Amino acid sequence: MTEYRSSRDLDWPLLALSVVISAFGVLQIYSATAGTVWKDAWWKQALFVAAGLVVMHIMARIDYHRLLELAPVFYVLGLVLLLGVLLLGRQVFGSRRWIPLPGGFTFQVSEFVKLVVVLLAARYLSELRGDRPGARDLLRLGVLVALPMALVMKQPDLGTALTYAAIAVAGVFFAGLRWQHAAVLALLFVLVLPLGWTFLKDYQKARLTSFLNPGGDPLGSGYQVIQSKIAVGSGGMWGKGVARGSQTQLRYLPVAHTDFVLSSFAEEHGFVGVAVVLTLYFLMLMQIVQNAQAAPDRAGMYVCMGVCALLLFHLLVNVGMLVGRMIITGVPLPLMSYGGSSVLTVFMMLGLVNNVRLQRFVN
Amino acid sequence: MNLTPEEPERPETPKGPLRRDDIKFATGRIALFQYVIVAVFLFLISGFWDLQVRNPEFYSEQAERNRIKALPIPAPRGKILDRDGRVMVDNHSSFSLMLLRENLKLAEVRPVADGLGLPYDEVLSRLKRFSTQPRYRPVTIKEELSRGDLAFIEAHRGAAGFPEMELIHTQRRLYPRNGLGSHVIGYVGEVSEPELNTAEFARYNQGDLIGKAGVERQYNEILTGVDGQRQVLVDNRGNERQVIGLKEAIPGKPLRLTIDLDLQAVAELSMEGRKGAVVALDPRNGEILAMVSQPGYDPSKFTGGIRSRDWQELLANPDDPLLNRAIQAQLAPGSTFKPIMALAALETGAIDDSFGVYCPGGASFYGRYFRCHLKGGHGAVDFHRGIVQSCDVFFYNVGNRLGIDRIAEYAQLVGLGRKTGVDLPQEAEGLVPSTQWKIRSTRQKWYPGETISVSIGQGALTVTPLQMVYAIGGLAMGGVWYTPHVVAEPGRHETPRRATLNPENVAKVVYGMYGVVNEGGTGARAAVKGLEICGKTGTAQLASSEALKSMKPGEALKDNAWFVGFAPREFPEIAVVALVEGGLHGSTASAPIARDIIKTYFDKKAKRQPPQMLARDSAAAGDTGDR
Repeated sequence: MTEYRSSRDLDWPLLALSVVISAFGVLQIYSATAGTVWKDAWWKQALFVAAGLVVMHIMARIDYHRLLELAPVFYVLGLVLLLGVLLLGRQVFGSRRWIPLPGGFTFQVSEFVKLVVVLLAARYLSELRGDRPGARDLLRLGVLVALPMALVMKQPDLGTALTYAAIAVAGVFFAGLRWQHAAVLALLFVLVLPLGWTFLKDYQKARLTSFLNPGGDPLGSGYQVIQSKIAVGSGGMWGKGVARGSQTQLRYLPVAHTDFVLSSFAEEHGFVGVAVVLTLYFLMLMQIVQNAQAAPDRAGMYVCMGVCALLLFHLLVNVGMLVGRMIITGVPLPLMSYGGSSVLTVFMMLGLVNNVRLQRFVN
Repeated sequence: MNLTPEEPERPETPKGPLRRDDIKFATGRIALFQYVIVAVFLFLISGFWDLQVRNPEFYSEQAERNRIKALPIPAPRGKILDRDGRVMVDNHSSFSLMLLRENLKLAEVRPVADGLGLPYDEVLSRLKRFSTQPRYRPVTIKEELSRGDLAFIEAHRGAAGFPEMELIHTQRRLYPRNGLGSHVIGYVGEVSEPELNTAEFARYNQGDLIGKAGVERQYNEILTGVDGQRQVLVDNRGNERQVIGLKEAIPGKPLRLTIDLDLQAVAELSMEGRKGAVVALDPRNGEILAMVSQPGYDPSKFTGGIRSRDWQELLANPDDPLLNRAIQAQLAPGSTFKPIMALAALETGAIDDSFGVYCPGGASFYGRYFRCHLKGGHGAVDFHRGIVQSCDVFFYNVGNRLGIDRIAEYAQLVGLGRKTGVDLPQEAEGLVPSTQWKIRSTRQKWYPGETISVSIGQGALTVTPLQMVYAIGGLAMGGVWYTPHVVAEPGRHETPRRATLNPENVAKVVYGMYGVVNEGGTGARAAVKGLEICGKTGTAQLASSEALKSMKPGEALKDNAWFVGFAPREFPEIAVVALVEGGLHGSTASAPIARDIIKTYFDKKAKRQPPQMLARDSAAAGDTGDR
């Protein structure tokens, strides 16, 4: 490994933002799970964050070019693991997403595959010969991304599968998508949509319909959205105080420490608290964009913007869902939602961003 | 900065052109993407703004409703006691099932109804009836739950079953099983739609229990407590986490009646299987000691909302068990009216002490022959014998001398023709005919012949049993009438209605009534050794067309048997009226009933054991006719 990297050159603001956001997450997980079977989640999350910081440093120190080189290997490995999940994975809440690890931990392959897709897209797009990606390039990349997507959708986990697509779409956008291609892709999307409908599971269809009309079945699939909106709305401007949100504490809010952690936070800390957290996220994304702009090469830029787009997509889908503006999909809120795989993945991506940053002084 | 050799890295990187300025091609798109980021964050923050800043009240209310379950604690009604503090109406513990409606799904209604053995349609229509009520008010769908019901509820409560079921502990009315005092007590039932629109019941809610009849209705305000409420924090599984508010129910106040259970029991037993009414009151203060109306009903059938089949049965019964005959039956008083006639005659001077008639068994007035009840005639009849033997011819002449308007004046003076003001709902007025009344009601002249009928308590004259005992009791007091009542509220002071009567005239009338019982008159069966019981029998024909219509075919020709009396002769303490509809003769059917009650009263006063029932035996023995 090389000697030129110094801790001084790490992106400290980005690090600080991620740590503060994670701290908010731990706090809210603690508040949302006190007195429940999940009461240990907060310190586990704290451990995940600590582990994440370590992993981030490691990721920052392995030259991303090496990682890009190995991208095809990671990709094949990812596919094999996803297949393994489908065949051997533990079923939780009706879907197979986790591989059990020793020590009671579980390993969610699809989370780490996000990282793989980021690397793969960066490698693929940075090696394009032409000025802009041609139709053949788009098709190839499409197939490459569609494979893990299909496997993840099979779990079934529509939300995570869509995040892969988001990385690819963002990458293609930065590579300079021709508007004709964009039009064709949009048209294809519209055509595939009704076909895709038939492939959706019943609960996924129910989520879609209840997104359009949440009052239609208030105790059924619309329940989560309604309870989340109640939690958020009743928080008001200043919130109800830590561990005093009735929606959270009385478990009206579903999975208040994972996907709905920000609803819980919004209930207890109000609009002011939400504004603070969203501002932190905004600054984080902007920091990543800055790193992309300062990237030493195309691949670095693609890596950073891939991470940025991925996080933005997570925020849009997760937070949009909490306030009833997005369909419910099981997409976690980066750094705040409870879950080791998700936290580690995000920190690894931030490590990648730092890696790119450290390389900017090369040449 | 800390630059290091680039050789180890460079060759390994992909073949693409990787110059440092290479990313410039994407600068514009990255800038554009920054706007996308800003747009996404604005989109998200506006979502929170919408919910948290613009509509927090709406969602706060929803959150409150989500977590707080308000369950009523029904207040028990006050007990009803007799004058000695003995319990007449108690409460008993029971369970009711309520349905919480906030999250109720229609699909749950049928299995719940089936499980409780309720007709689905009835439950549904009940829910519909409550649909105008706020949704946080649960609806009671079944009361007096059986063991089986409770087992069903226990098995199906909770999130997995029907979390909308809520068990409520209540205190329900426990009425005497044999219907003792049912008409005085009345019954409770759910407040009806029309009642809710009245000022009296405006503060009640759909589904509340109120008194529907009798004392339960009259003193509903006292008997009704204030329902409490338990506010509990519930989690999303319906488990109670914490009681956050507890407003205990305030029980209704107990109500002490003037009814004496011993007298009431004697009266009930003596009227068993008969149709009619008995009222005993204390003329010195108007306290009603016993009040019976037969046939009766079982008030406990009403406690849990009467079943429509039972209700239809009660309504269809031609004897109208719901009618409180003591205050609502309006019948001709027959000969029991004669003491009032006698008093009127003496007070007005229509007759003097020397007045007498010869009774050959009938007499002609205004071209029509009026018979005396004694076919052979009473022979020479003076004032005293006229009352004792209840000679019709004597009173035809008295009435003829008085004229209808003076009769009416005295009938009204003693309290006939208007409500006594008893503290029971829906008292009837009766009717005292007069020339004015005739013109008003029929636009016809009064015919003097009609006066002759009224003279012996027939014709258009109708009274209620209560009016009769009220009138005679007050007369026996020398012209002092206290408003009859079944509840003596503490500190009650009444200035009685007084009439200036000549005590000598009153004494003569009372002496006549003494003779009726004690000198071999028509009321001889009311006599009790050692008691100066005074009274007057009456056998009233069902002459009015109204009465004829309400009769069953079988009893078309049976007369109503009356007895009204009091004791002792001076300073009376108890006055009793007994009416047996279709009882033929007041002397045989009604007098013994009054006697038993009066005897019980004095026995009890002397701390003796209440007597065994005598009335029925003596009635069965039969007796000579009278009038």
